Amino acid sequence: MQDLTASDKYTAAPVRLGEPDPYPDRVAGEFVCRVVSNDMVNESNRLLVLDAPERALRARAGQFFHLLCPTPDGAEVWMRRPMSIYRIDKPGGRLEFLYKGEGRGTLGMSMLEPGGEFNIAGPLGIGFSLESGWKNIVVLGRGVGLATLAPLSQLAAEHDVRITAILSARTPELLMSRDFFADLGANVITVVDSDGSSAVENVEAILESLIADGRADAFFTCGSNRLLMLMKRLGAAHGIPGQVAMEQLMCCALGACYICVRTFEVDGKRVLKRVCREGPVFDIQEAVGW
Amino acid sequence: MVDLSIRIGDVDLANPVMPASGAFSWEYADVIDLNRLGGLVAKTICKEPRNGNPTPRMAETEAGIIQSIGLPGKGVYYFLDHIVPEYKKFTPPFIASISAETADEFAEMCSILSVPQIDVLEVNISCPTRNATGGNFSLHEEHTAKVMRDIRAATDHPVWAKLSPNAGDIVSIAVAAEEAGADALVIANTFLSLKIRTDNFRPALGNKFGGLVSPALKPIVLRMVYQVAKEVTVPVIGIGGVTKAEDVVEYMLAGAHGVGIGYAGFRNPTALTAIIDDLEAWCDARGIERITDLIGAVRDDDMETDTLVAASAGI
Repeated sequence: MQDLTASDKYTAAPVRLGEPDPYPDRVAGEFVCRVVSNDMVNESNRLLVLDAPERALRARAGQFFHLLCPTPDGAEVWMRRPMSIYRIDKPGGRLEFLYKGEGRGTLGMSMLEPGGEFNIAGPLGIGFSLESGWKNIVVLGRGVGLATLAPLSQLAAEHDVRITAILSARTPELLMSRDFFADLGANVITVVDSDGSSAVENVEAILESLIADGRADAFFTCGSNRLLMLMKRLGAAHGIPGQVAMEQLMCCALGACYICVRTFEVDGKRVLKRVCREGPVFDIQEAVGW
Repeated sequence: MVDLSIRIGDVDLANPVMPASGAFSWEYADVIDLNRLGGLVAKTICKEPRNGNPTPRMAETEAGIIQSIGLPGKGVYYFLDHIVPEYKKFTPPFIASISAETADEFAEMCSILSVPQIDVLEVNISCPTRNATGGNFSLHEEHTAKVMRDIRAATDHPVWAKLSPNAGDIVSIAVAAEEAGADALVIANTFLSLKIRTDNFRPALGNKFGGLVSPALKPIVLRMVYQVAKEVTVPVIGIGGVTKAEDVVEYMLAGAHGVGIGYAGFRNPTALTAIIDDLEAWCDARGIERITDLIGAVRDDDMETDTLVAASAGI
């Protein structure tokens, strides 16, 4: 029982690391994890590594957690922040998040120190799916959007699916996870703004040549509206299925509040879908961008 | 061990802790055991399908979040066919919440929804972004009385009237709702609010105005519950800023029979059941046998103080 004399405490019953899980069958939970490390990986992005309870590690590629971020400025951070998982390390019992400390939530996250606690809720949402007939996939990510595509690529590698990873960033220094994708045996192609190689026309030419070489049974993307629209157009033209991971402001992240809706196009009709519940991964052909 | 059960009109609840409408759905069963809640309160539905408001639907402020969702939903018949069965997988009383733009439509919806699977009709006559003649009837006494009379005539189901904190005199409105036949009063909906972004000079919400959701509401709504409970005989359910067991106790001391919880369930998906556990422990630690003993038990009989006398007293 918690100390009830402290009258300013919020009440919750998260599952704590190292304690027995009273609800082993629930699909999602509120977990208090331990921070292993939280270091910069380049000049703008940081990698948070957490020791996580077993149930949190059941997360699948493309799913996300809702993070109770510490305050960066002394004022309350009122809502959790949704973030897709960068790496699920089941044997090591760890979850990793790759992020850019930018808004109040992620700036608060960047202050987490090794040994500290971090409350996460999840795993949430519907992740990526790999169909058995796909032998070659193309993942195309920009900035921290690459993080979301990492667990998918891990899954693809485990199923002997050949991966082409096109990584886009502003500068070569900001290109992340090249080694991560290379270690999975992916064919890694990097494009950057600084030499113009990230231009949509150039990425289009790369994708066209992959299609011509039979290296594109399915498309996956995250992090750029322009690249999403490109993959949608090429996917429609060549009959290549695709999936996109979307972001949106979230409140409950369980489907109750309808704050995180986005517009999608289904059978020629515009509809609103909840990114937290129907997503965050959607059919590329349904996406209308943002 | 304390008996946490309460009775609101003819409806028995295992404990006084319920979710607030709009901040909850059966999907919370992913994380908590819904059978432990005092009641299950669905998101407000309208008769016809609605898309809701443009995004962003939420913005953070210094003192809580403001949100304007716009009552998206697939209409009353979809609700009956597809959503009610989801809630009926669980045992607590099921409270449907409804909104309409006219008294006639409210009455029509109440009669459509007066089915055995639904235990209570919560009538949301206080949607903050609507006006007094188009859905936010509880801004005014006479509109409240009219819509509640029409609703009462349309159904024999228990009817809980959800009132607005944006009304000037919530006590008169509460009395009007009771006189027109409400079986309980839910106090209150969210506070109408505005945030303007200083980077682009635009309102932060797609719908411009939104309702404030925050622990900051608790002292204000608690005051309203206290004032209303002194003037009505029907039960009052307090909603505003409950984040822990002591907040439930506080609302009950002020005269509430139960509470609704919104924000805390957003912040911590396990909050509702944790608060029930803590409430039980709180009562047991103090030898309280029945939670109902707390209702209206605030000790303030000696506080009808004359301001001038008090100000001149020595310290």
